[in-house]
Amino acid sequence: MASRTGTHSPAGICKSLPERGLLLLMVLVFLEGSVLPLGAASSPDVTHQANSDNHIVKEAGHNFTKKPFPVLSLDYHHIQAPFEISLWVLLASLMKLGFHLIPRLSGIVPESCLLIVVGLLVGGLIKLAGEQVPPVLDSRLFFLCLLPPIILDAGYFLPIRPFMENLGTILMFAVVGTLWNAFFVGGLLYAVCQIQPGNPSILHQLELLPCLLFGSIISAVDPVAVLAVFEEIHINELLHILVFGESLLNDAVTVVLYHLFEEYAGVGSVTVMDVFLGIISFLVVAVGGVLVGAIYGILAAFTSRFTSHTRVIEPLFVFVYSYMAYLSAEMFHLSGIMSLIACGAVMRPYVEANISHKSHTTIKYFLKMWSSVSETLIFIFLGVATVEGPHNWNWTFVTVTVILCLVARVIGVVGLTYVINKFRIVKLTTKDQFIVAYGGLRGAIAFSLGFLLNKDHFPLRDMFLTAIITVIFFTVFVQGMTIKPLVELLAVKKKQEAKRSINEEIHTQFLDHLLTGIEDICGHYGHHHWKDKLNRFNKKYVKKCLIAGERSKEPQLIAFYHKMEMKQAIELVESGGGVKLPSAMPSAVSMQNIQPKKLPPAKPAERALSNLPKGREEEIRKILRSNLQRTRQRLRSYNRHTLLADPYEDGLGDLLIKKQKMIELERKIKDMNNYLTVPAAPPDSPTMCRARLASGKDTDFKPAQQQKGNTICPDPQAYSMKPEPDSVPTIQVDLASPQSPDSVNLMDEFRRAEQQHEEDQGLMMKPPSGESGPKKPGEEDGSREHKLMRCLSDPGPSADEDEDEPFLP
Amino acid sequence: MGALQSSPGQHEYGDLAEKTGFSFRQIGVLHTRFKQLSHNEETLQRDHFNEIPDLACNPIRAQIVGAFFDRRNFRENGEGTVQEIGFEEFLVVMSHFRPPSLHMTQEQRESVRREKLRFLFNMHDTDNDGTITLEEYRHLVEELLSLSETLEKNTAKSIADAAMLEVASISMGHMEPDEFYEGITFEHFLKLLNGFEIESRMNIRFLRMDTTTLCK
Repeated sequence: MASRTGTHSPAGICKSLPERGLLLLMVLVFLEGSVLPLGAASSPDVTHQANSDNHIVKEAGHNFTKKPFPVLSLDYHHIQAPFEISLWVLLASLMKLGFHLIPRLSGIVPESCLLIVVGLLVGGLIKLAGEQVPPVLDSRLFFLCLLPPIILDAGYFLPIRPFMENLGTILMFAVVGTLWNAFFVGGLLYAVCQIQPGNPSILHQLELLPCLLFGSIISAVDPVAVLAVFEEIHINELLHILVFGESLLNDAVTVVLYHLFEEYAGVGSVTVMDVFLGIISFLVVAVGGVLVGAIYGILAAFTSRFTSHTRVIEPLFVFVYSYMAYLSAEMFHLSGIMSLIACGAVMRPYVEANISHKSHTTIKYFLKMWSSVSETLIFIFLGVATVEGPHNWNWTFVTVTVILCLVARVIGVVGLTYVINKFRIVKLTTKDQFIVAYGGLRGAIAFSLGFLLNKDHFPLRDMFLTAIITVIFFTVFVQGMTIKPLVELLAVKKKQEAKRSINEEIHTQFLDHLLTGIEDICGHYGHHHWKDKLNRFNKKYVKKCLIAGERSKEPQLIAFYHKMEMKQAIELVESGGGVKLPSAMPSAVSMQNIQPKKLPPAKPAERALSNLPKGREEEIRKILRSNLQRTRQRLRSYNRHTLLADPYEDGLGDLLIKKQKMIELERKIKDMNNYLTVPAAPPDSPTMCRARLASGKDTDFKPAQQQKGNTICPDPQAYSMKPEPDSVPTIQVDLASPQSPDSVNLMDEFRRAEQQHEEDQGLMMKPPSGESGPKKPGEEDGSREHKLMRCLSDPGPSADEDEDEPFLP
Repeated sequence: MGALQSSPGQHEYGDLAEKTGFSFRQIGVLHTRFKQLSHNEETLQRDHFNEIPDLACNPIRAQIVGAFFDRRNFRENGEGTVQEIGFEEFLVVMSHFRPPSLHMTQEQRESVRREKLRFLFNMHDTDNDGTITLEEYRHLVEELLSLSETLEKNTAKSIADAAMLEVASISMGHMEPDEFYEGITFEHFLKLLNGFEIESRMNIRFLRMDTTTLCK
C-alpha cells in the first residue's frame, strides 16, 4: 500500500487531492470487493443470471417477513462487472494523465515501461490483499476488445504512400523474416534442450514441434509495442513504416504457423503434404483477410455516400464496419489484423470525401482515444498477468530464448537487407538495418497466444509463458529504453515535423506525373506506370460509385487545398492568442506583393489617402501604436482568464472573442480587396457592393466592434479606410441576417472573398479611369507617398511578433 | 522492329557511361528504346514523343517533352531549345532520373539534390530568365489540373496564388506593400523544397524495359 501511494505521489503533487482520492477509492475497491474474474465481463449473460438469482432470493425474503422499506441498500454485485471495467479504464486513463504531468520521467522511460510497472504494482497489491488476481489478459478479451481499436487506428491512419512504396521490403521482412525467426529460434532451442545429457532436466521432454510453436509465437514483432515505442522516438518515415508495417503484416504468418504447429503438436508427425497445405493456408489467410477487409471497406464507403442527412451516425459506420471485418476474418481464422488494416485503408479516402468535417474529427478523436486506452490497458494487464503467474522459471530456457531472439533478428535483418538492397532504389544503410533489427519489440500478442495454449497438449506451457514474458520485458524495457539514446547517438534521420505545404503538394503531384511520363518514354512499365493506371481507374469508376456529389470529381490537389484552407480557418477561429492570418494568406506578404506589376502598387492607396493633410501622418502613427498596445493588453488579459475585469466586454465570454476573431479575419479579407480595388472605387460602385455582399454577415458584429470604438483592431491596415468619412456608413447600411456564423460560414466567406478578389484583380489592372472617387493627379512627391504607405502598413509590435512564424521551415 | 538495329560497340558506350553514370547494360536498353522511338533514325523529334500512346493522357506532357529539347538540361550553361536530339542528349536528360548510390558523402548528396531540383526548376521556368514568375506558376498548376473536366480556371489560379504567397513568405519574410516579389529564384526554390527529399524520390529504375508493347 505504501509503495503504491509512493509511486503516485509525484503525480499527486500536481493534481493533488481529487486524483489521489480516486486512486485510494480504486485500491479500496480492489481490496474489499470480491473480485470477479474480468473475463466474465466478456460473457455478460453469466453475471446477469447471477444477478437475477440474487433478486429472486431477495424478493422471496421480502414477501415473508415484513421489513421496513430499505431507504438505502447496497448491492455491489448488481454493478460489479461494468463497475470494475470502468475502474480499470479509469486507472489506465489516470496513469496516462499522471505520466504526462511528470515530463522528466516520460523523457527517460517510455510510457509502456511505466505502465507495465504500474501493472506489476497493482497485481502485487491484489495478491497482497489475498484476492485472486483476475485473469485480465484473457485471450478473448485481448483479441476481441483490446486489440481491434489499436489496429484500426493504425490502419485507418496508415500512411498509404510510403507503405505502398516499401511494400516489397515490408512483406519480405514480415513473411520471410518471421519464418526465419520462428524456425531459427525453434530449431536451435530444440537443439539446446537436447544437449545436457547427464543432467536430468525437464527440458528433455520437449519435442521439436512445441519448440517450433514457441518459436513462432515469440518471433513476431508486436504492433502495439512498436507503436508505443516508435511514437516517442520520432524516427523518419521510412524506418517507421518498415518496422511498423512488418509488425502488422506478420500477423498472417503468425496465425498460420500457430495453428499449424498447434494442430500437429498433438499428432506428432509432419509430412510434406502438411507443409504444402501450410503454404496454401498462409496464402488463404493473408489474401482472405485482405479481401474480407476490402469488401467491408467498400461497403463502408458506399454506405457513407448516403449519410448526408444523418450526419450524427456517420462515425459509427466506420467503427462498426471495421469491427465486423475483424470479426468476420477471425471467424474463419483469417488474419484479423490484415483485414482491419485493409478495411481502414480502403475506406478512408472515400469516407473522408463523403462525411462532414465534424464527423471526420469525431472519428479521429474516437480512434485515438480508444487506441490509447487499449494500449494503456494492455501494458497494465501485462504487468498484472506477470504477477499472477503461474511461473516456471528455467534459467537455461529463458536465457537461451532471449539470446536466440536477438541473434535471429539481427541475422534475419542483415541477410534480408542484403537481398532487398539489390532491388531497392533507395538502399537501406547500416544504420537503418540496426534500427530495424533493434526495433523488433515483442509484446502482448505473443503473451496472449501463449496464454491460449492448452495445458494438456503442452505440459510446459508455464515455462513458455515465463520465457515469453521475459522476452517481452527484455525488449520493452532494455531495447525500448535504449533505442532513443541510440537513435540520437547514431544521428538517424528524424521525422520532419513541418506540415505539408501547398508547394510540396504541387510538386508531389508534378513529380508523380513527371516520373510516369519518363517511364512511358523509357517504355518501362514500372511502379509509377501502374500507379498511374490505378489512379485513373479509381478516378473514372470507383470514385463515381463511392463518393456522392461533386467531390468525386475533385482532383487531389484541389482537395488538399480546400482541406488546408479549412484547417487554417478553423485554427484561426479557435486560437485564443495572437491574431494570425491563415497561411494560405500569410500576413507578412499580401497579394499585392506577388501581383505582376501592371500598376505601380502604391497608387491605389495613395489615391485613397491623398486628401490627408501631411501633418496627420504622425498622428495616425501614434493612434496606431496606442491602439496596438491596448489590443495586446486585452489579449493578455483574456489569456489570464481575467475577462471580466476588462471594461469593454463585461460578461460576454468566449463567444465574443471568437466573433472578434472573425471580424478581424473578415476585415483582413476586405482589406485585401481594399488594397487592390476599393479605394479606387466610390462607395456605391459595383465593386464595393459586391464586396459588401461577400462580407454581408459582418454587420451583425458591428455594434460590438463600434462599442470598442474601433480601437481594438490589431491590424493597422484596416485604417486605410478610416480616414475616409463615408466608408464607415457604407458598411453599416447593410442588412445582415442575424444568424450566428460558425466556422463553416466563415469558410464560405473566406473562399468567396477570395474569388471576389480574383475578379477584382481585373479591375485593378485597368488604368485609372474617371469612375474613381477622390482622386488626385500623381504629382505628389514620392517620399511622402512612401511614408504614408509605411505608416499605414506599419505592422506594429504585435504583427512583428508573429511575422512569418507559420512558415519557418 | 526495335531490336533490329545494329548496336554500337562497347567503346562508344564508354564515353556515354562516363558522362551519364549509366551502366553499359542500361545504355544498351535505352539505346534500343531510342531507336524504337525514332524509327531507327539518328535523331528524335517532338513528333516522335507525341506518338507514345501512354504519354497522351499525361497532364504535363508538353513540359516533359519540352525538357528533352531544352539545352539547359544538356550542359551547364546551355540556353534555348533544339528541334531534334541525338542519343547522347536523350541519355543526358534521362540521367537526371538516376537513383543515388548507397554510399555518398554529404556533398555528393547535396549536389545530386541540386541537380535534380535544377531540372525541375528548368521545367517550370519556361522563359529561362532565372525566376519562376506568377504567370509561369499559374500555368504549371493549370496544366497539372487540366485533366479534370469540371475545373474552373479560378481554382487553379487561386491555388497557384496561395502557393506563390507561401513562397514569398518563406523566402522574403515580411514585405512592405510597395515591394514586389518577382518570382521564385533557384535559391528560393531550394529553400522551398527543403523538406522534400527529392534525391530519394525523383528516381526511375532503368532496367527491365518492355520494348514489345509499344512497337506498333
